[in-house]
Amino acid sequence: MFAEVPLFPEQASTTAQRVDALFFFLCAVCGTMAVLIAGLVLFFAFKYHRRAEDERTPRITGNNPLEWFWTITPLFVFLIMFLWGANIYTSVSLPPPDALEIFVVGKQWMWKIQHPSGQREINELHVPVDQPIKLTLTSEDVIHDFSVPAFRTKIDVIPGRYMQIWFQPTKTGRYHLFCSQYCGTSHANMVGSVYVLEREEFRQWLDSQAATGSLADQGRQLFLKFQCITCHSADASARAPVLEGLYGRIVPLKDGRTTVADDAYLRESILYPEAKIVQGWEPIMPTFKGQVEEEDLIKLLAFIKSLKPGQTPVRNEESLPPLDAPKVPPGGNPKPRQSVPTYQPQGKSNQP
Amino acid sequence: MSSAITTGFVPQAKTRPPRTPGENYLNVAFGVKSWLLTTDHKRIAILYLVTLTILFFIGGAAATVIRLNLMTPNGELVPADTYNKLFSAHGIIMVWFFLVPVVPTVLGNFLVPMMIGARDLAFPKINLLSWYVFTIGAIITLWALLAGGVDTGWTFYTPFSSKYARTNVLPTMIGIFISGFSSIMTGLNFIATMHTMRAPGLTWFRMPLFLWAHYAASIILVLATPVLAMALILVGVERAWGIGIFDPELGGDPVLFQHLFWFYSHPVVYIMLLPAMGIVSEIVTCFSRKHIFGYVFVLWSSIGIAVLSFLVWAHHMFVAGQSVYSALIFSALSYMVAVPSAIKVFNWTATLYKGSIAFETPLLFALGFIALFTMGGLTGLFLAALGVDMHVHDTYFIIAHFHFIMVGGSVMGYMGGLHYWWPKMTGRMYSDFLSKLAALIIFVGFILTFLPQFVLGYLGMPRRYHVYPPEFQVLNVMSSAGASILAVGYVLPLFYMLWSLYAGKPSGPNPWGATGLEWQTPSPPPPHNFDETPIVTTGPYEYSIEESALVH
Ligand code: HEC
Ligand SMILES: [Cu+2]
Ligand SMILES: [Cu+2]
Repeated sequence: MFAEVPLFPEQASTTAQRVDALFFFLCAVCGTMAVLIAGLVLFFAFKYHRRAEDERTPRITGNNPLEWFWTITPLFVFLIMFLWGANIYTSVSLPPPDALEIFVVGKQWMWKIQHPSGQREINELHVPVDQPIKLTLTSEDVIHDFSVPAFRTKIDVIPGRYMQIWFQPTKTGRYHLFCSQYCGTSHANMVGSVYVLEREEFRQWLDSQAATGSLADQGRQLFLKFQCITCHSADASARAPVLEGLYGRIVPLKDGRTTVADDAYLRESILYPEAKIVQGWEPIMPTFKGQVEEEDLIKLLAFIKSLKPGQTPVRNEESLPPLDAPKVPPGGNPKPRQSVPTYQPQGKSNQP
Repeated sequence: MSSAITTGFVPQAKTRPPRTPGENYLNVAFGVKSWLLTTDHKRIAILYLVTLTILFFIGGAAATVIRLNLMTPNGELVPADTYNKLFSAHGIIMVWFFLVPVVPTVLGNFLVPMMIGARDLAFPKINLLSWYVFTIGAIITLWALLAGGVDTGWTFYTPFSSKYARTNVLPTMIGIFISGFSSIMTGLNFIATMHTMRAPGLTWFRMPLFLWAHYAASIILVLATPVLAMALILVGVERAWGIGIFDPELGGDPVLFQHLFWFYSHPVVYIMLLPAMGIVSEIVTCFSRKHIFGYVFVLWSSIGIAVLSFLVWAHHMFVAGQSVYSALIFSALSYMVAVPSAIKVFNWTATLYKGSIAFETPLLFALGFIALFTMGGLTGLFLAALGVDMHVHDTYFIIAHFHFIMVGGSVMGYMGGLHYWWPKMTGRMYSDFLSKLAALIIFVGFILTFLPQFVLGYLGMPRRYHVYPPEFQVLNVMSSAGASILAVGYVLPLFYMLWSLYAGKPSGPNPWGATGLEWQTPSPPPPHNFDETPIVTTGPYEYSIEESALVH
């Protein structure tokens, strides 16, 4: 029945080694402290146990140097713990630029995974070994938590916003994926597996999975389907800013502020367009809240993020491009574009 | 036992109504009405004792089913929804209807006036009212928990609680909300009492540390409880009328709730802990017959804890998407709050040095407190380390950690206090053998229950799991086995303490040879505590001064 009783989790990521190192340091320091205190208490308890009913004791009321000693010393030890822990935490929150981005949507009670090349998985996540992986996570309903103990990785998955975490698997194998934030009836069944594969194996796995075009391709279709293109076209009559090259840029806003066009901003622009109005444009964009699901939103974002100059689809494109069509038709956009709205700090509107 | 070593205690001219010899607060009146309408702080303490004991065993019953269910990885015993309701009920009852009130309302109520040489609390009627308010809140919540239950966990995280949960969220919260007022009343009452009713000569810095601990805890009660009330109201408003506060669908922020909740619920840990620490200071000094080591440091560490406890709430949210900077600040502050706790442990240890240590039951519990609280505190250092918290947050590591603090700490301290002052409260001694056995069983059962959970947590087993991967079974079975031992340890006192009421030896006024005003009056105390208002001439814990030098 009890085939194997693990007492320590597997170390399967670069973070795992760092976390464990700190953990052992803490064990050593705290263990020493515990033994010291327990030893002193036991020693005193036996050495000074009451031998006679009328025993007298010396009146000792304290010792200030000693007090300050044991007030200040822990502070220094704590400082080491703090800095060490902070060091790990900060580096985990900064994904390396070459990380492979995978999207995760949590909902009661399953994990939906989308690979950038379009493959989808449920409650399973396949990743290549020795490759930094960046997860972008959100939830469709309540707060969940994506945790992979073998990676020492854990992040709450909060509805209404994108969370981010990254890890680099170091060991192939199959690992537990848990939902660690209580989320209702089947919280304990919101579990799955992370498979770490050799790179070659991973490629084969990707190929073996049916995918209806990359995430960006799927997003492109949605961009047409939701009629975003009627306003966000690349021609002179555009009623909205062109989204090419938008991701990561600094966007000047109507109220004089600026904002970085990151995932959160793109999300907000689609769901709550009135929240931040781009300078030079009118707040005519309708909200797509309730129409666009989280997973579609991720596809739209993938598309917008992939948009390089000249790649905006054409407005009167009759039929959707075939699923595996290349992102740009040969020879670029057939219709020459004249005015591409640019983000000018002075805010000259090029709206007709 | 040994002749009492007294603090400076000067009988004054009679200021109290004369009483018939042998009259005490228990036999002064009989009948249900004499209890339900009493304003005597000692009787109210007994009312609370009875109420809280019942609640403790209800909460414990839920824990028992939880541990039984976890004996097998597939959770055969109860269905998932029932399991979720059970751990919610366990947390809600134990936190709000046992741990928060227990030491202040039972021992604090009984002892605060006696320790300062007063007849009663400053507001005796408010004291009685607080019991009624508490009981009404408890009944509402219990009713909600039994008639359908609630499955949000005691933390009520949004938007689950405000929108998705289909259980009795509102009634449960209303009960908690109401009982919060009783906390505030008790806190205010203690603060007012300590400010205005100290006996002549009892200056602030002559107050026993038990009082200081209650003073600090009262500050937290008064300041933090309203924030919980606000958070609960906001959840209720969103749940009942769909006003968007926490639900992102309605433009709210789910994490805002966590800020509000932990702004209350972190300090609340110290409401549970500080009074228990006060108890330990009393017990350790008495049974080692020593002056407390570093009175001022122990005292200011209580106040330090009370203040710092308000500044660390976001350490419950390190993986909830707070900015890296705020995580850094809250991690650092969390280490700061560990310092005053460490100071206390060091000082208790030093108090034992060159003492005359008698291994009576209260001391066993107090030493148990020191051991378990130290382990709880030290594992807190793991959680304050951002890098490690990332891994163990929301796992059994956390469960183990806070049970070490709240059960190993607070409940051990409470048990110690109850055994220490039981002779004072009832005038009877309980079985020496059985009580020592209980202390031992509780200690061993506790360690066996919660030590494996640290291992489970580091392995990654998340909390609130009704089923779990089979490789975690052995550790879970160990934990459940420990829990059954623990259960025996908690039921045992129920019997020998009740038995002591009928068959216990009379204890006499001061069976432990303790200093402190509460021991200067008969056991059980007369209705007005003291026949003469005492005058205090020295600080507390003067165990090492010749008797003749003290009593004038
Ligand atoms: C009715 C016209 C209209 C439609 C349809 C429309 N938008 Fe917009 N959109 C605008 C306008 C106008 C702005 C600029 C003003 C603002 O910030 O709201 C804008 C702004 C944006 C921005 C921010 C652009 C920037 O430069 O910062 C994004 C991203 C965006 N829209 C995406 C979409 C997507 C995706 C869709 C389809 C699901 C869509 N829009 C549909 C009119 C539209
Ligand atoms: Cu979940
Ligand atoms: Cu969950």
